Amino acid sequence: MTGAPRLREKAQVLDEAALDRALTRIAHEILERNGGAKDLALVGLRTRGVTLAHRLAAKLAAIDGATVPVGTLDITLYRDDLDMRGAPVIRGTDIPFSIKNKTVVLVDDVLYTGRTIRAALDALIDLGRPAMIQLAILVDRGHRELPIRPDYIGKNLPTSRRESVAVRLREHDGEDRVVIEEPEEA
Amino acid sequence: MGWTRKDLLAMRDLDASEILLLVDTAATLQEIAGREIKKVPALRGKTIVNLFYENSTRTRTSFEIAGKWLSADVVNFSAGGSSASKGESFIDTAKNIAAMSPDVVVVRHSSAGAAELLARNLSCSIVNAGDGAHEHPTQALLDLLTIREHKGHFEGLSVAIVGDIAHSRVARSNIHGMRKLGMTVTVAGPPTVIPPFVQEMGVKVAYRLEDAIRDVDVIMMLRLQHERMTNGLIPSLREYSRYWGLTLDKLQAQARPDVLIMHPGPVNRGIELSPEVADGPYSVILDQVTKGVAVRMAVLFLLAGSKGAEQA
Repeated sequence: MTGAPRLREKAQVLDEAALDRALTRIAHEILERNGGAKDLALVGLRTRGVTLAHRLAAKLAAIDGATVPVGTLDITLYRDDLDMRGAPVIRGTDIPFSIKNKTVVLVDDVLYTGRTIRAALDALIDLGRPAMIQLAILVDRGHRELPIRPDYIGKNLPTSRRESVAVRLREHDGEDRVVIEEPEEA
Repeated sequence: MGWTRKDLLAMRDLDASEILLLVDTAATLQEIAGREIKKVPALRGKTIVNLFYENSTRTRTSFEIAGKWLSADVVNFSAGGSSASKGESFIDTAKNIAAMSPDVVVVRHSSAGAAELLARNLSCSIVNAGDGAHEHPTQALLDLLTIREHKGHFEGLSVAIVGDIAHSRVARSNIHGMRKLGMTVTVAGPPTVIPPFVQEMGVKVAYRLEDAIRDVDVIMMLRLQHERMTNGLIPSLREYSRYWGLTLDKLQAQARPDVLIMHPGPVNRGIELSPEVADGPYSVILDQVTKGVAVRMAVLFLLAGSKGAEQA
């Protein structure tokens, strides 16, 4: 097995405080855009989108006193690149509330080609008919291959395709940080 | 740890991590059955052929629904009314079907080894849906999923499998799967249908129903096939039913109050299971059928949903 090339850290994009401020701002923007938290729901994309969705829900509760339901979306069954990948592991969708007539905010850590969000839109609409779907992203790194644009952005980050963006969250990685990585041999 | 096999032929071939991957995948796919729109696009553009040389309603329908919920095109071929009745050989029929480029062929045949024969000769994925008295891996997987959903785990559970062990592919597949997952298995039935090799498979043998069902977590009753009586293995239906039929009285006298009663179907009511037991609170028989669709979705998805690890 050759595996992926080793990556080294090139630059830090967000530290713990900046990441927290970005989420606080997004929470305020969500409330402003929708005139409050009524009929709002957050749906995170596995894995780190779910963690970010829970953090946004906590922020919305702190700002507005609102309890916004949080769901988990696994888009494995909706991918357009199943043939190009190894045997996929499905970890399951868990949205224990009706999304019908709700305003659903999809939450993910990094927006890149847009193909994951395309799959997520299909997966979500198969579960019911939301009144509106919005998209919240922590880092938009560009290079879109589909006409998809986020409604809420933590950080715009122009990158080259050979770089990758790593969002590290306390719950998974023991720290809150966003870094750009690049291949060691370049 | 991902799925790397081209085919699913036998529980005997799989290691514990592969069995758990199949069961876990099936567990997550169960959610689709509760949706308003029961369809996901995972296998769009894939073709699945059900090649059935033996009668089967439940298994064929289950594979067909599983394929359709995953958006595959599913084609049914049954031996009656086909070229098989005109004398075409099994392998010729299979090669003709393979020439139409299916992605998966699901095969049931009365001869042990039929699925493996196809796996060696065809480039598409083969799923064994029952080959003679050899194996029926998707039945064992759905039984395992049912057990875990009700008991929460596998390790340390004890199971009694009762009936015609010698001719049961369901028993054989389950014994392999359960032993690999750390479960204790006791088989029980008339001595004429307890094969000598079972002890090599690491199972205990009981020759009285009462001994088999005492203190186990799961009782799996097998269907008594009527043709076993014509070949002299069982004296009469009445005698079999009296000694080996599970009634509410025997169950309440011997078994634990939280025991699960399973049966691969179709049930001979009043022979191996009394109606009060088959329809009673201990029975998870219909739950097994529901889980069968999820298990077959998992199998089809893992075999056809990616080109496999060799290209990853």
